[in-house]
Amino acid sequence: MCLAIPARIVELQADRAIVDAMGNRWKAKTTLLPDAKLGDVVLVHAGFAISLVDEEEARKTWELFAEIDNFEKTSNKVSG
Amino acid sequence: MLDRIANAQHTIDEACRAVGRRITIMEVCGTHTVSIFRSGIRSVLPDALKLLSGPGCPVCVTDQGYIDTVLELADRDDCVIATYGDMIRVPGSDGSLESRASKGNVKVVLSSEDALQLARENPDKTVVFVAVGFETTTPATAVVVREAAAEDIGNLCILSGHKLVIPAMRALLGGMNDRIDGFLCPGHVSVIIGSGAFAEIVRDFRRPCVVAGFEALQIIEGLAEICRQLAAGKAELKSVYKAVVTEKGNTAAQQIIAECFDPVDGYWRGLGKIAKSTLALKERYARFDAFRRFGLEDKPGRENRGCRCGEVLCGLIDPVECPLFGTRCTTDKPVGPCMVSSEGTCAAWFKYGRRR
Repeated sequence: MCLAIPARIVELQADRAIVDAMGNRWKAKTTLLPDAKLGDVVLVHAGFAISLVDEEEARKTWELFAEIDNFEKTSNKVSG
Repeated sequence: MLDRIANAQHTIDEACRAVGRRITIMEVCGTHTVSIFRSGIRSVLPDALKLLSGPGCPVCVTDQGYIDTVLELADRDDCVIATYGDMIRVPGSDGSLESRASKGNVKVVLSSEDALQLARENPDKTVVFVAVGFETTTPATAVVVREAAAEDIGNLCILSGHKLVIPAMRALLGGMNDRIDGFLCPGHVSVIIGSGAFAEIVRDFRRPCVVAGFEALQIIEGLAEICRQLAAGKAELKSVYKAVVTEKGNTAAQQIIAECFDPVDGYWRGLGKIAKSTLALKERYARFDAFRRFGLEDKPGRENRGCRCGEVLCGLIDPVECPLFGTRCTTDKPVGPCMVSSEGTCAAWFKYGRRR
């Protein structure tokens, strides 16, 4: 439940942001990260940005998610 | 990356030999539990290194008394229950939120903001937000309490079961589990509280504490660092998750938690009552407090019969040692919360194999 996902801020008005991770977009708030700017990559948990993340770290996480997604699709196929 | 994994393995093997007995490391984070199983890390570790999953899954550590209180509120006609999805299937003494779904007043939310929105949309009902989770999740609740106060949305209230991770670690080391040699500290809780928060565990109990993220490499390097310290007779605080976690943590989030909540004594599944381990709303936000509004008491509940989740959470037994595991208790028909939650230790053992 403490899982947080890195995502890029693609829209920002006051503390209301739209974030993007691997093409998935959702709403998040930046209340807990007052210095967050448009274009920043942030860690999002339960609808709130909780920290800045560097691009390299975010990329690794996105790759991991893609891998898991791929794995789950493949294993579903195998099991019918 | 393979080189670094091999190096970490080598460090762990050498340390186990040097220490000359079994090394036991506990993680206290549901996401670590799942990552460790999913990545297969256990299969490359020596038998002399024992991994335990501690009280790190928020749903699992929530006491039965709290679950029963949520169900009691769900049975009222004047309440709408807003909850994170993880809580839906947790069995209380009499059914679960899922078993009450036909009543239509249980809503799954992805964020505390959604609970506030439900309150705006249902002015004739009291929306009760089932506020569970560790420090990672607490600030989101605090923000919404402040917003409800600012907008004067009086029909939102929260049932705070928010927990603090460090008092639980102290309780374990203070006599409940003397096997723990070191802690792999939770990455996303540390984003909020800062890696420096674990210094007191190192100082007071002389146990290595290493903050790690969730990739296999980070986890195995974190374990190797703990083993290296043990072999050298040291206990230090380290972080292998510096790209995300700072020493001081998120101070804005810490401030908002402090503005809204006070640490009070609270009940945990398996660990019992722990002093100043649970967050209660401050007096100034009393009108948003479900306990005060409905005259409820935070009281301990009774475990479902035969369920040994409590001992699993303390790292005293592995899930396979519970007689219900895999027979009466499965992910399809769970008896205890550690089998319900996707981050629960029993669910991880059940799904990813019953290895060590």
